[in-house]
Amino acid sequence: MTELDAGLVGEQIAESGQVAEPSGRREIGRARRRKEDARLLTGHTRWTDNLQQPGMVQVMFLRSPMAHARITRVDVSAARELPGVLAAFSGRDFADEQGSLPCAWPVSEDIVIPDHPPMAVSEVRYVGEAVACVVATDRYRAADALEAVEVDYEPLPAVMDMHDALTPDSPKVHESGNKAFSTTITSGDVEAAFRDAPVLIDRTYIQQRLIPSAMEPRAVLASTDGDTFTLWSSTQIPHVLRVMLAVTTGIPEHRLRVIAPDVGGGFGSKLQVTAEEVLCLLLTRRLGRPVKWSESRSEGNLTVHHGRDQIQHVRLAAEADGRIRGLRVELLADMGAYLMLVTPGVPMLGASMFNGIYKMDAYEFACTGVFTTKMPTDAYRGAGRPEATYAIERVMDELAAELGIDPLEARRRNWIRHDEFPYTTVSGLTYDSGNYEAATERAMALFGYDKLRAEQADRRDRGDPVQLGIGVSTYTEMCGLAPSRLLGMANYGAGGWEHGSVRMLPTGKVEVITGTSPHGQGHVTSWSQIAADALGVPFDDITVLHGDTAVAHKGMDTYGSRSLVIGGVAVLQACEKVKDKARKLAAHLLECSPDDLEFEAGAFKVRGTGASKTIQELAFAAFTAHDLPEGVEARLDSDATFDPDNYSFPHGTHLCAVEVDTETGMVKIRSYVAVDDVGKVVNPLIVEGQVHGGIAQGVAQALFEEAVYDADGNLLTATMADYLLPSAADLPAFTTDRTETPSTGNPLGVKGVGEAGTIASTPAVVNAVVDALRPRGVRDVQMPCTPERVWRAVQGTRGGERS
Amino acid sequence: MIPARFDYLRADSLEEACQALASDEDAKVLAGGQSLLPLLRLRLSYPTTLVDIGRLPGLSGVEDRGDHVHIGAMTTHDEVMRSPVVNAACPLVAMATATVADPAVRHRGTFGGSLAHGDPAGDLPAVVLALDGVFVARSERGERDIPAAEFFVDYLESSLRPGEILAGVRIPKLGEGWGYHYEKFHRTAQAWAIVGVAAAVKRSNGAIQEARVGLTNMGSTPLRARAVEAALRGVEVGEQVRPACEAAAEGTSPPADLHAQPDYRRHLAKVLTYRAIGKAAGAP
Ligand SMILES: Cc1cc2nc3c(=O)[nH]c(=O)nc-3n(C[C@H](O)[C@H](O)[C@H](O)COP(=O)(O)OP(=O)(O)OC[C@H]3O[C@@H](n4cnc5c(N)ncnc54)[C@H](O)[C@@H]3O)c2cc1C
Repeated sequence: MTELDAGLVGEQIAESGQVAEPSGRREIGRARRRKEDARLLTGHTRWTDNLQQPGMVQVMFLRSPMAHARITRVDVSAARELPGVLAAFSGRDFADEQGSLPCAWPVSEDIVIPDHPPMAVSEVRYVGEAVACVVATDRYRAADALEAVEVDYEPLPAVMDMHDALTPDSPKVHESGNKAFSTTITSGDVEAAFRDAPVLIDRTYIQQRLIPSAMEPRAVLASTDGDTFTLWSSTQIPHVLRVMLAVTTGIPEHRLRVIAPDVGGGFGSKLQVTAEEVLCLLLTRRLGRPVKWSESRSEGNLTVHHGRDQIQHVRLAAEADGRIRGLRVELLADMGAYLMLVTPGVPMLGASMFNGIYKMDAYEFACTGVFTTKMPTDAYRGAGRPEATYAIERVMDELAAELGIDPLEARRRNWIRHDEFPYTTVSGLTYDSGNYEAATERAMALFGYDKLRAEQADRRDRGDPVQLGIGVSTYTEMCGLAPSRLLGMANYGAGGWEHGSVRMLPTGKVEVITGTSPHGQGHVTSWSQIAADALGVPFDDITVLHGDTAVAHKGMDTYGSRSLVIGGVAVLQACEKVKDKARKLAAHLLECSPDDLEFEAGAFKVRGTGASKTIQELAFAAFTAHDLPEGVEARLDSDATFDPDNYSFPHGTHLCAVEVDTETGMVKIRSYVAVDDVGKVVNPLIVEGQVHGGIAQGVAQALFEEAVYDADGNLLTATMADYLLPSAADLPAFTTDRTETPSTGNPLGVKGVGEAGTIASTPAVVNAVVDALRPRGVRDVQMPCTPERVWRAVQGTRGGERS
Repeated sequence: MIPARFDYLRADSLEEACQALASDEDAKVLAGGQSLLPLLRLRLSYPTTLVDIGRLPGLSGVEDRGDHVHIGAMTTHDEVMRSPVVNAACPLVAMATATVADPAVRHRGTFGGSLAHGDPAGDLPAVVLALDGVFVARSERGERDIPAAEFFVDYLESSLRPGEILAGVRIPKLGEGWGYHYEKFHRTAQAWAIVGVAAAVKRSNGAIQEARVGLTNMGSTPLRARAVEAALRGVEVGEQVRPACEAAAEGTSPPADLHAQPDYRRHLAKVLTYRAIGKAAGAP
């Protein structure tokens, strides 16, 4: 076919059956199986570690065995002589070009952001910090050569405990001292709220340090053609990374392409600009060869940024009938040794959430960020909000116990009623919508709340060695990070918009390009569903491109339950713009006014006549461009950048029943009910998956996971034999359900779901454990509630606090 | 896994394997690799040569030999737990093996490897100790029997001599009237035992005639709770069992680690012994 016959090609396309019929059913709301899965499950994957480049070499890092020490000598000469070794460097060799790893969130005026060299030059401040590297033909030779690198350290005292760190005579992590920042937020008359309050609750909770354990360990590959650079990384944030790397390394942004190929989970741990990413770029620049780094799991436990790690002092003042007067929160937040991308911002993401779903007149939040000689902390699933939710939901149970009322009754007396939305809370956030009553009612019914309470009473009466505990968590969370305006007010270094674009291909197929960077969330499927409904094209005719700054040129990536509520909406808006263009074209071809056209099932129909043009015909007409109206370009392609006005606030009620074996301390989850309200649901199957995984991760904090350092700063939980992750075998079957209160903040009516399960479940489980033991005087068991800690709580000794 | 360099020898005969081990004291036997490879991966072990005994004839399989069951050293955990002979004649071995790790590990890890490794946290050593198994060691000089009570010397140390390979274990059949239970206390399904108790109980006329109790992870070797065994002799199944089990931690020196302190392990030993005896006595 030398001459293009538009009509013929168009007919051929139609006849070939290539354009699937739209099902007529709405895609949004359908439990579509994920488009991604067949490929992933059959191994047709592109994990960074599997990528090969011609001439590629491997880098490995020598990591400090000391928590705190001066580096007095690094000698890499012997390593350089070993077979297969191309190069070996110390931090000093890169001192002039490696810059400092960025912190994008200076949360306060007084913040101290210490220099953070990707490879330590003169001092190490945590076990695992890179001090030297070896580049070799393969990882085996590199690992052998690392053993030939000599480093002399002059030990300095480790700083492990936050309280100690803040005392005047504590050894210092940085010359400036151990305080990273301090900040206070006050709302209402806190003094008045606490003065003569009939009920006062005063508790201190420990948010233990966690190690994010994504299925895929991190990997980085960098290459250059001498002019441009490409960096593949197992990252959640290719776009943010590109900007940050350009700033850090001085490689101009337009000559740097960042690709996040298949990424196997992140949970915040890949929301980072890592030393390894910077150094792989610098190494490829220096050596001219593609350089890959792949971490081992133990290396990951040491050096992937950690999560949580707060000491929470919480005080609540209430009336005699349980109505809350005010809340005071004093946090110590362990920053670890340096401030990484959003390290100081994590506790601040919880700053406005400690009040939870409750009404009160006064609130005070004070936070001190503390430096210690440990791996830096940063975002981990929920980032700040699980910590806040834990504290308030634990304290609400204490309030109920103090008053001798049911924990759900204590909540009912304080929560925002469904007819009070939108509601501006004491901390100044405006909750868009919600119905706590409905979710709670549904959860109680599914749980068999009254029956379980009866069984609990019976076991108590009988003195059964296995006691039953019931835990409640009525949570909300702030998701959809974030309105750029609010981020600006919080002094964050970037905006929170998201970009989406739609390309209408000549054959009527659709490419959706998103600035979100999925790494397990199923965006390819959900975004297809959104576009299918908006454009009236079949689900299978849509492909979604992402994760490559050369393909998806604009984006703010994936974290903070933001992708659907911001990125999904951007896709929808881009689709609307496609339709606007198509409408003009259709009106021209059908010789009518655009206003006479109605859009239905993928076609523009002239009202009252049979004439119509499908969106595919219009795409082809735009492609041939033989007959376009005045001022219309030869494309329907469109893009949109969406910046929300507000966060959205999913909520729900989680109920957990545990059996506590008082003889051994073993806790077994007997049943778990989660009723979540995440607004409108695009794909119930994906939502279900997020809820299940989220609950598992929250239960893991409650019962299993803890990063443990010894007094010298050695990480004792560097392998999975010591850092316990639960598997499916360790968790009950969850009963899940939903209520649906649409968000008012976006046209899809959606809220985020990525973090909800994790935020909700931790306090539900710990409340249940404490509830089981409360008659024995136990009112706290430190997380994780290991059998030993529970047993000691029962014994009234270490590990559990008694009243 | 990025281990340090080593040589690899796949032995074709037991003689060849024994020779290789005898001539180099830093050579190591490679069985299922489920304990050895983690050590290599962490570079906690630097063997010169790994002598792979995986293809040697005659080291694998379960045999009923009349008064005892012979389990070849290279029999995998999965084979052991599914073996009809093991399940019929020494079910305690099958019960404990079924609690080892997860299916992937059980398909590679071996019965002999678990025992030769001598990890007191492993589930099988206490079982074989309780059942008075006999270890069959082979070397260039021939075959030697080692009673279970003499096999486990210290943490990760057995009485196998340099150049010796564990060929198999004989588990005596206890006969009629015995009940068994392995009580494993661990935090996640594939985790190692914090404490484990292997119990074999012979009942007659409602009383305990004889009890055997092996303890997992209560010292640097697997242990027999001899004081409990003595205290249980002749005790009616019922209220007197619990006091007898109070002696479970006698003579133990349990380790301290992230999962438990010694006093807690001692407490667990008592509770779990009571539970194990109860279940074993209840199912003769
Ligand atoms: C994730 C994980 C979880 C585990 N959980 C448990 C658990 O819960 N309970 C438990 O009991 N075990 C557990 N194990 C260990 C497992 O049971 C191993 O199979 C066992 O410890 C070693 O057997 P192997 O055949 O793999 O031996 P290898 O790893 O090959 O060898 C172990 C040691 O024994 C020596 N050796 C092996 N065979 C012989 C022989 N025939 N003669 C002389 N020396 C020999 C080797 O030289 C080496 O020193 C776990 C392992 C893993 C990886």
